[in-house]
Amino acid sequence: MMSLFTAEGLGGLVFLFVVAVTVTGGVIATNSVRLPRAVSGLAMCLIGVAGLFYYLNSPFLAAMEMLIYVGAVCVTIVFAIMLADSGAEAKVGRQSAVSAPLSFGVGALLAWGLGLLGITTMWPASPVKVNDGSVTAIGKSLLTTYSMVFELISVVLLMAIIGALVLARAGRDKP
Amino acid sequence: MSILGLSNYLETYLLIGALLFGMGVYGLLHRRTLIGMLISSELILSAAALNFMAFGRFLAPDPTTGQIFTLFIMGIAAAEAAIALSIIIAVYRNYKSIDTEDVIDLQG
Repeated sequence: MMSLFTAEGLGGLVFLFVVAVTVTGGVIATNSVRLPRAVSGLAMCLIGVAGLFYYLNSPFLAAMEMLIYVGAVCVTIVFAIMLADSGAEAKVGRQSAVSAPLSFGVGALLAWGLGLLGITTMWPASPVKVNDGSVTAIGKSLLTTYSMVFELISVVLLMAIIGALVLARAGRDKP
Repeated sequence: MSILGLSNYLETYLLIGALLFGMGVYGLLHRRTLIGMLISSELILSAAALNFMAFGRFLAPDPTTGQIFTLFIMGIAAAEAAIALSIIIAVYRNYKSIDTEDVIDLQG
Protein backbone atom coordinates (compact mmCIF):
# COMPACT_ATOMS: atom_id res chain seq x y z
CA MET A 1 0.00 0.00 0.00
CA MET A 2 1.39 3.33 -1.08
CA SER A 3 1.57 5.94 1.68
CA LEU A 4 -0.66 8.98 1.28
CA PHE A 5 2.04 11.36 2.50
CA THR A 6 4.45 11.00 -0.39
CA ALA A 7 4.53 12.84 -3.69
CA GLU A 8 3.12 9.81 -5.55
CA GLY A 9 0.40 9.29 -2.93
CA LEU A 10 -0.77 12.90 -3.10
CA GLY A 11 -0.63 12.74 -6.90
CA GLY A 12 -2.85 9.66 -6.82
CA LEU A 13 -5.31 11.45 -4.52
CA VAL A 14 -5.48 14.42 -6.90
CA PHE A 15 -5.99 11.95 -9.77
CA LEU A 16 -9.00 10.43 -8.00
CA PHE A 17 -10.40 13.95 -7.50
CA VAL A 18 -9.92 14.71 -11.22
CA VAL A 19 -11.75 11.50 -12.17
CA ALA A 20 -14.60 12.42 -9.81
CA VAL A 21 -14.83 15.90 -11.39
CA THR A 22 -14.96 14.37 -14.89
CA VAL A 23 -17.69 11.85 -14.10
CA THR A 24 -19.78 14.32 -12.05
CA GLY A 25 -19.55 16.88 -14.84
CA GLY A 26 -20.70 14.30 -17.38
CA VAL A 27 -23.69 13.34 -15.22
CA ILE A 28 -24.68 17.00 -14.78
CA ALA A 29 -24.27 17.67 -18.52
CA THR A 30 -26.58 14.83 -19.53
CA ASN A 31 -29.22 15.02 -16.79
CA SER A 32 -29.91 18.65 -15.86
CA VAL A 33 -33.15 20.21 -17.07
CA ARG A 34 -31.87 23.73 -17.65
CA LEU A 35 -29.43 24.17 -20.52
CA PRO A 36 -27.07 26.69 -18.81
CA ARG A 37 -26.58 24.14 -16.05
CA ALA A 38 -25.85 21.46 -18.63
CA VAL A 39 -23.19 23.68 -20.21
CA SER A 40 -21.64 24.24 -16.78
CA GLY A 41 -21.56 20.47 -16.34
CA LEU A 42 -19.89 20.11 -19.73
CA ALA A 43 -17.26 22.71 -18.74
CA MET A 44 -16.65 20.86 -15.45
CA CYS A 45 -16.27 17.55 -17.30
CA LEU A 46 -13.85 19.08 -19.81
CA ILE A 47 -11.75 20.62 -17.01
CA GLY A 48 -11.53 17.10 -15.58
CA VAL A 49 -10.47 15.74 -18.97
CA ALA A 50 -7.77 18.44 -19.10
CA GLY A 51 -6.54 17.16 -15.74
CA LEU A 52 -6.45 13.61 -17.13
CA PHE A 53 -4.39 14.87 -20.08
CA TYR A 54 -1.96 16.36 -17.55
CA TYR A 55 -1.60 12.93 -15.92
CA LEU A 56 -0.94 11.47 -19.40
CA ASN A 57 2.32 13.47 -19.59
CA SER A 58 0.94 16.19 -21.82
CA PRO A 59 0.59 19.61 -20.14
CA PHE A 60 0.44 21.18 -23.62
CA LEU A 61 -2.72 19.29 -24.54
CA ALA A 62 -4.19 20.08 -21.10
CA ALA A 63 -3.70 23.80 -21.80
CA MET A 64 -5.18 23.40 -25.30
CA GLU A 65 -8.20 21.58 -23.85
CA MET A 66 -8.82 24.45 -21.42
CA LEU A 67 -8.31 27.04 -24.17
CA ILE A 68 -10.35 25.47 -26.99
CA TYR A 69 -13.05 23.44 -25.24
CA VAL A 70 -13.67 25.29 -21.98
CA GLY A 71 -12.75 28.72 -23.33
CA ALA A 72 -14.21 28.62 -26.83
CA VAL A 73 -16.72 25.81 -27.38
CA CYS A 74 -18.55 26.18 -24.04
CA VAL A 75 -18.74 29.98 -24.39
CA THR A 76 -20.10 29.58 -27.95
CA ILE A 77 -22.78 27.20 -26.68
CA VAL A 78 -23.69 29.74 -23.97
CA PHE A 79 -24.08 32.41 -26.67
CA ALA A 80 -26.35 30.09 -28.68
CA ILE A 81 -28.46 29.42 -25.56
CA MET A 82 -28.85 33.17 -25.03
CA LEU A 83 -29.94 33.58 -28.66
CA ALA A 84 -32.17 30.53 -29.01
CA ASP A 85 -33.33 29.12 -25.67
CA SER A 86 -37.00 29.80 -25.05
CA GLY A 87 -36.98 29.17 -21.30
CA ALA A 88 -36.80 26.02 -19.23
CA GLU A 89 -37.87 22.69 -20.62
CA ALA A 90 -40.80 20.98 -19.01
CA LYS A 91 -38.68 17.88 -18.56
CA VAL A 92 -35.39 16.50 -19.84
CA GLY A 93 -36.47 13.56 -21.92
CA ARG A 94 -38.63 12.97 -24.96
CA GLN A 95 -42.39 12.51 -24.94
CA SER A 96 -42.58 8.72 -25.05
CA ALA A 97 -42.23 6.84 -21.79
CA VAL A 98 -39.86 4.15 -23.05
CA SER A 99 -37.29 6.72 -24.23
CA ALA A 100 -35.48 7.20 -20.91
CA PRO A 101 -34.90 3.53 -19.95
CA LEU A 102 -34.17 2.59 -23.56
CA SER A 103 -31.52 5.27 -24.10
CA PHE A 104 -30.05 4.60 -20.65
CA GLY A 105 -29.87 0.90 -21.56
CA VAL A 106 -28.11 1.60 -24.85
CA GLY A 107 -25.60 3.93 -23.19
CA ALA A 108 -24.92 1.55 -20.29
CA LEU A 109 -24.53 -1.41 -22.65
CA LEU A 110 -22.02 0.47 -24.81
CA ALA A 111 -20.04 1.68 -21.77
CA TRP A 112 -20.06 -1.81 -20.24
CA GLY A 113 -18.94 -3.48 -23.48
CA LEU A 114 -16.16 -0.98 -24.17
CA GLY A 115 -14.96 -1.07 -20.55
CA LEU A 116 -14.91 -4.86 -20.53
CA LEU A 117 -13.02 -4.88 -23.83
CA GLY A 118 -10.46 -2.40 -22.45
CA ILE A 119 -9.87 -4.41 -19.27
CA THR A 120 -9.75 -7.95 -20.66
CA THR A 121 -7.61 -7.29 -23.73
CA MET A 122 -3.91 -8.10 -23.30
CA TRP A 123 -2.37 -4.89 -24.60
CA PRO A 124 1.13 -5.41 -26.06
CA ALA A 125 3.96 -4.12 -23.89
CA SER A 126 5.18 -0.61 -24.52
CA PRO A 127 7.86 -0.60 -27.24
CA VAL A 128 10.89 1.66 -27.36
CA LYS A 129 9.90 5.33 -27.64
CA VAL A 130 11.39 7.20 -30.58
CA ASN A 131 11.06 10.60 -28.86
CA ASP A 132 9.91 12.09 -25.57
CA GLY A 133 6.55 13.49 -26.67
CA SER A 134 7.46 17.07 -25.71
CA VAL A 135 6.13 20.22 -27.37
CA THR A 136 9.27 20.34 -29.53
CA ALA A 137 8.60 16.81 -30.80
CA ILE A 138 4.93 17.65 -31.46
CA GLY A 139 5.96 20.70 -33.50
CA LYS A 140 8.46 18.68 -35.54
CA SER A 141 5.87 15.97 -36.28
CA LEU A 142 3.22 18.55 -37.20
CA LEU A 143 5.47 20.19 -39.77
CA THR A 144 6.96 16.99 -41.23
CA THR A 145 4.86 13.80 -40.96
CA TYR A 146 1.47 15.46 -40.48
CA SER A 147 1.96 18.62 -42.56
CA MET A 148 -0.71 17.59 -45.10
CA VAL A 149 -3.32 17.00 -42.37
CA PHE A 150 -2.27 20.27 -40.76
CA GLU A 151 -2.99 22.17 -43.99
CA LEU A 152 -6.26 20.32 -44.57
CA ILE A 153 -7.62 21.12 -41.12
CA SER A 154 -6.96 24.82 -41.72
CA VAL A 155 -9.11 24.57 -44.87
CA VAL A 156 -11.81 22.75 -42.87
CA LEU A 157 -11.81 25.48 -40.22
CA LEU A 158 -12.01 28.21 -42.87
CA MET A 159 -14.98 26.48 -44.52
CA ALA A 160 -16.63 26.07 -41.10
CA ILE A 161 -16.29 29.79 -40.36
CA ILE A 162 -17.69 30.81 -43.77
CA GLY A 163 -20.50 28.23 -43.53
CA ALA A 164 -21.46 29.35 -40.01
CA LEU A 165 -21.57 32.98 -41.14
CA VAL A 166 -23.73 32.15 -44.16
CA LEU A 167 -26.13 29.94 -42.15
CA ALA A 168 -26.53 32.36 -39.27
CA ARG A 169 -26.91 35.43 -41.50
CA ALA A 170 -29.54 34.08 -43.91
CA GLY A 171 -32.96 35.49 -43.09
CA ARG A 172 -31.62 38.34 -40.96
CA ASP A 173 -33.03 40.92 -43.41
CA LYS A 174 -36.56 39.56 -43.05
CA PRO A 175 -38.89 41.95 -41.17
CA MET B 1 -1.97 -2.32 -7.21
CA SER B 2 -2.97 0.48 -4.89
CA ILE B 3 -5.87 2.83 -5.46
CA LEU B 4 -3.47 5.79 -5.33
CA GLY B 5 -1.41 4.44 -8.23
CA LEU B 6 -4.32 4.21 -10.65
CA SER B 7 -2.97 6.98 -12.89
CA ASN B 8 -0.20 4.69 -14.15
CA TYR B 9 -2.48 2.10 -15.75
CA LEU B 10 -3.91 2.20 -19.25
CA GLU B 11 -7.10 0.47 -18.14
CA THR B 12 -8.10 3.37 -15.86
CA TYR B 13 -8.21 5.78 -18.78
CA LEU B 14 -10.00 3.27 -21.02
CA LEU B 15 -12.69 2.83 -18.35
CA ILE B 16 -13.17 6.60 -17.96
CA GLY B 17 -13.35 6.94 -21.75
CA ALA B 18 -15.95 4.17 -21.99
CA LEU B 19 -17.99 5.83 -19.23
CA LEU B 20 -17.88 9.23 -20.95
CA PHE B 21 -18.86 7.63 -24.26
CA GLY B 22 -21.81 5.83 -22.65
CA MET B 23 -23.02 9.05 -21.00
CA GLY B 24 -22.69 10.87 -24.31
CA VAL B 25 -24.74 8.26 -26.18
CA TYR B 26 -27.36 8.30 -23.42
CA GLY B 27 -27.65 12.09 -23.60
CA LEU B 28 -27.71 12.11 -27.41
CA LEU B 29 -30.63 9.67 -27.47
CA HIS B 30 -32.49 11.07 -24.48
CA ARG B 31 -32.22 14.86 -24.80
CA ARG B 32 -35.08 16.85 -26.30
CA THR B 33 -33.35 20.05 -27.32
CA LEU B 34 -30.82 20.35 -30.12
CA ILE B 35 -28.32 22.15 -27.86
CA GLY B 36 -28.56 19.35 -25.30
CA MET B 37 -27.77 16.85 -28.03
CA LEU B 38 -24.78 18.96 -29.13
CA ILE B 39 -23.47 18.98 -25.52
CA SER B 40 -23.71 15.17 -25.42
CA SER B 41 -21.83 14.86 -28.73
CA GLU B 42 -19.01 16.93 -27.22
CA LEU B 43 -18.82 14.31 -24.45
CA ILE B 44 -18.44 11.55 -27.09
CA LEU B 45 -15.64 13.47 -28.81
CA SER B 46 -13.87 13.96 -25.45
CA ALA B 47 -14.07 10.22 -24.80
CA ALA B 48 -12.43 9.52 -28.17
CA ALA B 49 -9.71 12.08 -27.50
CA LEU B 50 -9.03 10.58 -24.07
CA ASN B 51 -8.62 7.11 -25.59
CA PHE B 52 -6.22 8.40 -28.24
CA MET B 53 -4.15 10.15 -25.55
CA ALA B 54 -4.05 7.02 -23.36
CA PHE B 55 -2.97 4.73 -26.21
CA GLY B 56 -0.40 7.28 -27.36
CA ARG B 57 1.06 7.56 -23.87
CA PHE B 58 1.21 3.84 -23.02
CA LEU B 59 1.43 1.82 -26.24
CA ALA B 60 2.57 3.87 -29.25
CA PRO B 61 6.25 3.96 -30.20
CA ASP B 62 5.86 7.63 -31.18
CA PRO B 63 4.23 9.51 -28.24
CA THR B 64 3.41 12.54 -30.40
CA THR B 65 0.88 10.64 -32.55
CA GLY B 66 -1.86 10.53 -29.93
CA GLN B 67 -1.35 14.18 -28.97
CA ILE B 68 -1.51 15.36 -32.58
CA PHE B 69 -4.64 13.27 -33.20
CA THR B 70 -6.22 14.88 -30.13
CA LEU B 71 -5.32 18.33 -31.43
CA PHE B 72 -7.07 17.50 -34.71
CA ILE B 73 -10.11 16.19 -32.82
CA MET B 74 -10.26 19.53 -30.97
CA GLY B 75 -10.13 21.42 -34.27
CA ILE B 76 -12.88 19.29 -35.80
CA ALA B 77 -14.99 19.65 -32.64
CA ALA B 78 -14.67 23.44 -32.77
CA ALA B 79 -15.73 23.48 -36.43
CA GLU B 80 -18.61 21.10 -35.69
CA ALA B 81 -19.83 23.23 -32.77
CA ALA B 82 -19.75 26.42 -34.88
CA ILE B 83 -21.71 24.84 -37.76
CA ALA B 84 -24.20 23.07 -35.48
CA LEU B 85 -24.90 26.19 -33.44
CA SER B 86 -25.49 28.32 -36.53
CA ILE B 87 -27.90 25.66 -37.84
CA ILE B 88 -29.65 25.69 -34.44
CA ILE B 89 -29.98 29.49 -34.58
CA ALA B 90 -31.38 29.26 -38.13
CA VAL B 91 -33.89 26.61 -36.97
CA TYR B 92 -34.88 28.78 -33.99
CA ARG B 93 -35.46 31.78 -36.26
CA ASN B 94 -37.91 29.79 -38.39
CA TYR B 95 -39.65 27.65 -35.77
CA LYS B 96 -39.23 29.73 -32.56
CA SER B 97 -38.14 26.52 -30.82
CA ILE B 98 -35.12 24.25 -30.49
CA ASP B 99 -37.16 21.31 -29.27
CA THR B 100 -36.72 18.29 -31.55
CA GLU B 101 -40.41 17.47 -31.37
CA ASP B 102 -41.49 20.94 -32.52
CA VAL B 103 -39.36 20.86 -35.65
CA ILE B 104 -40.61 17.41 -36.62
CA ASP B 105 -41.58 18.43 -40.17
CA LEU B 106 -37.84 18.69 -40.94
CA GLN B 107 -37.57 14.90 -40.95
CA GLY B 108 -37.11 13.36 -44.37
